[in-house]
Amino acid sequence: MIQPILTIEGLHTRFFTERGEIPAVDGVDLFILPGEVLGVVGESGCGKSVTSLSILKLVPDPPGKIVGGRILFKGRDIVPLKEKEMRRIRGDSVAMIFQEPMTSLNPLFTVGQQIMETVRLHLGLSKKDAREHAVGMLRKVGIPRPEAVVDEYPHQLSGGMRQRVMIAMSISCNPELLIADEPTTALDVTIQAQILDLLRRLNEEQGTAVMLITHDLGVVAEMCHRVVVMYAGKVVEEGSVQDIFKNPLHPYTRGLIESVPRMNETRERLHSIPGSVPILSKDMQGCRFAPRCGNVMDVCREALPQLTLQENQHSCRCWLHETRREEAVV
Amino acid sequence: MSETLLEVKGLKKYYPIRKGFFNKAQGFVKAVDDISFSVRKGETFGLVGESGCGKSTTGRSLLRLIEPTAGEISFEGQDITKLSMEEMRRRRRDMQFVFQDPFSSLDPRHTVQRILEEPLIVHGAGNSMQRKAAVERLADVVGLAKAHLQRYPHQFSGGQRQRIGIARALALQPKLIIADEPVSALDVSIQSQVINLMQDLQREFGLTYIFIAHDLSVVKHICDRVAVMYLGRIVEVSGKHRLYDEPQHPYTQALLSAVPEPDPDFRKERIILQGEVPSPANAPAGCAFNTRCPRVMDVCRNVRPPLLESGAGHLTACHLYDREAGIRFA
Repeated sequence: MIQPILTIEGLHTRFFTERGEIPAVDGVDLFILPGEVLGVVGESGCGKSVTSLSILKLVPDPPGKIVGGRILFKGRDIVPLKEKEMRRIRGDSVAMIFQEPMTSLNPLFTVGQQIMETVRLHLGLSKKDAREHAVGMLRKVGIPRPEAVVDEYPHQLSGGMRQRVMIAMSISCNPELLIADEPTTALDVTIQAQILDLLRRLNEEQGTAVMLITHDLGVVAEMCHRVVVMYAGKVVEEGSVQDIFKNPLHPYTRGLIESVPRMNETRERLHSIPGSVPILSKDMQGCRFAPRCGNVMDVCREALPQLTLQENQHSCRCWLHETRREEAVV
Repeated sequence: MSETLLEVKGLKKYYPIRKGFFNKAQGFVKAVDDISFSVRKGETFGLVGESGCGKSTTGRSLLRLIEPTAGEISFEGQDITKLSMEEMRRRRRDMQFVFQDPFSSLDPRHTVQRILEEPLIVHGAGNSMQRKAAVERLADVVGLAKAHLQRYPHQFSGGQRQRIGIARALALQPKLIIADEPVSALDVSIQSQVINLMQDLQREFGLTYIFIAHDLSVVKHICDRVAVMYLGRIVEVSGKHRLYDEPQHPYTQALLSAVPEPDPDFRKERIILQGEVPSPANAPAGCAFNTRCPRVMDVCRNVRPPLLESGAGHLTACHLYDREAGIRFA
């Protein structure tokens, strides 16, 4: 049995706002195996980004706080770790790339200085070696004329180039896990293809595990081995990419997949899920998807179904697939 | 074949780059560089391309929200570029616009009632009783409840706001609606709701759409004919099935191949383009795509390829399909 590189158990992250407590991440369980690409999909507000920020403990506090659960990185719970210890993990064993590369690069420092900071800190390289390392990293992510770009500022680069710089920076210490939060959402399709190609090569050649957070089902189908589908702060389905796309169990997953227009087929009308995502609150009852679900039953409005294993590592949080249904109704 | 509603000939929009004491133009950003196309009554005409290709500038120029530098825009046979501002304002009754961002295109201080009534007041349609009835009908048509009319834009979700934007565009019963990325800010499940709504409205009111988008799967679903833009120029126009099944221009081929399909079994031959889109202030000579084209020839670097018919209603601007190009160059 391969040990997961990261395991999340019952994670609860809440935001304490004027309008009350918002359970952005509401009891999430997931794991990532070494060398695997895990897709985390869902629509805005489903908690996918907050989950990823929680892993590195980057949730802004206040108003956010991890209020429960464990995050085991190679077997060690990192939730109780102090800031100083977290800093040793961030960028070294676990690295992250964000959606908007302009806001996550410091405009006052050159590209080289920013990469060198990370490698000098974590790998203890000399200034000269660090610079060489930085140039090497830029070359590796396919930046043309890396010797010159290393001395340029972020604003001198295009969106695709900045995202490459972010990737170069995040892999510069050879992390075991790379968390990519919507890494290609701000980019054009032809540039997206370049970046996805780069991420895939990293995963295949270096065995870096990747947690890919996205709303784009096309990107998921293309990149991921396993998929976690989230809705309103909870995992509603988890399975291999084949299971999720070919045999989706949860009505939300099914609706989501059918809503997407495809290029390789023509349909008169798109499927659509009625209504919109619920506003999260502490007092929600029953299945979060019940108000929009076409298969809703009485039990769905009253009790929350559990994430239960169906077959072959394919699990789903839905009363339709839960054997305890009869007991729950009684 | 149905009649032409809109005919665009040689449309250009150049922005001068001014420098120095006398603000002399030192060059031009050629946002839209000599494009021609026509839109038939009742069809949905797609304009696609990556950021900076000039698709939005084209859309806005058609309504003279941006004043074109040169070219002719005939709407129902009348050249609207020659109209005075007042005549143009009246003409816009028949030509309306739906904006991308439903958050910034609705006045936050007005109720939905007021937002939908405004175009009716501006164009002097009916008395206050008739207008009130018209607004209620509009709300109903786009799926908003009567109670929603007294609310403000911030009280709605993105999808509902886009419905308000569409209702506003419909208020004067226009013939043509130009929609600039109307669904790209929306979540997948909401996106399909709005696309279905737009198709229903088209059928009901016999609308003609110009649909501007970067998402090629959405465009394939909703459009009848599609024009692909690159760096201010149209590189290919065709009926959607022909365009998607047999793309001719190397850029269209690369663009289509770059779109990830939401199907893990569907593997396509991917053409990964090198480099990035050049700046429109400094477009390459000859074919604008020659710096990234995998099939570039000498002639491409010198002569701009004309948009020529290469099959039934299929136009391509590429020297590969122009038998006489070699002769002309020699």
